[in-house]
Amino acid sequence: MSARRESEAALMSNRTTVERKSDREVVVTRTFNAPARLVFDAWTRADLFKRWWVPKSMGMTLHACEMDVRVGGRYRLNFGDGMDFFGRYLEVTPNSRLVWTNEEGGDAGQVTTVTFEEKGGQTLLVMHELYPSKEALDAAGTGAAEAMNETFEQLDELLVTLGASVGRS
Amino acid sequence: MVQYSRAHLDASFAALSDATRRGVLEQLGRSDASITNLAERFHMTLTGMKKHVGVLEQAGLVTTEKVGRVRTCKIGPRRLEEETAWIERYRQHWDARFDELDKVVEELNRKEKIDERKKRE
Repeated sequence: MSARRESEAALMSNRTTVERKSDREVVVTRTFNAPARLVFDAWTRADLFKRWWVPKSMGMTLHACEMDVRVGGRYRLNFGDGMDFFGRYLEVTPNSRLVWTNEEGGDAGQVTTVTFEEKGGQTLLVMHELYPSKEALDAAGTGAAEAMNETFEQLDELLVTLGASVGRS
Repeated sequence: MVQYSRAHLDASFAALSDATRRGVLEQLGRSDASITNLAERFHMTLTGMKKHVGVLEQAGLVTTEKVGRVRTCKIGPRRLEEETAWIERYRQHWDARFDELDKVVEELNRKEKIDERKKRE
């Protein structure tokens, strides 16, 4: 029991968790070892944002990033070859809450809400994404993260192999 | 509503750790079968087979449906596996981003502390 609690505590600390709250909603949480205003800065200052939004593993390069972080203000991320992600801010509460639209996909775009909650010098970040339909959310799981699928395909193959060898015995 | 958790994977792997259960899965992959049918095929008692199917069912690898006096077993629900994979993909995507964000935030934090110290001096 205590081992379980320990492992749960380990999961709580700085681990990214994902939960599908409903057919159209997904919630991602993560804790950062810094005050909320610093984490908020990293989400709202283009020079900082550019440094983390596209990790190397995504195999993409963020060429330009413009962010007008105020209610009604627009943002645009350019990945070259005419690939742009853009939308506008619906809510901006300094150091605590951001809400924006994602309009590059037309009507299929989600509304993203990020809250920053400071506790004992750490910040719990909660990102909530609401999609217009279940199909749009299902599709969002693929895309840039598609490479991860290969890992699961390999696991699938391994399981099939295991199953087949058992069938013969 | 499915939450990705270790419990899910633990249940799946625990279910797959038994040779009979892997055999049952492989069998059901070819065609649906009743518990009686599976018990005969694997030379087991009905009660023993019911237990194995129960473990597979709890792990979401098999579904059963009782029609009249016969309980039929099928592979699945596939959807569960797909959702688990979907969640994990989504998680890894954000985890990679957040690891980078960690670095940025830590740097800001460090700078700020140094600036504070300088002010005090």
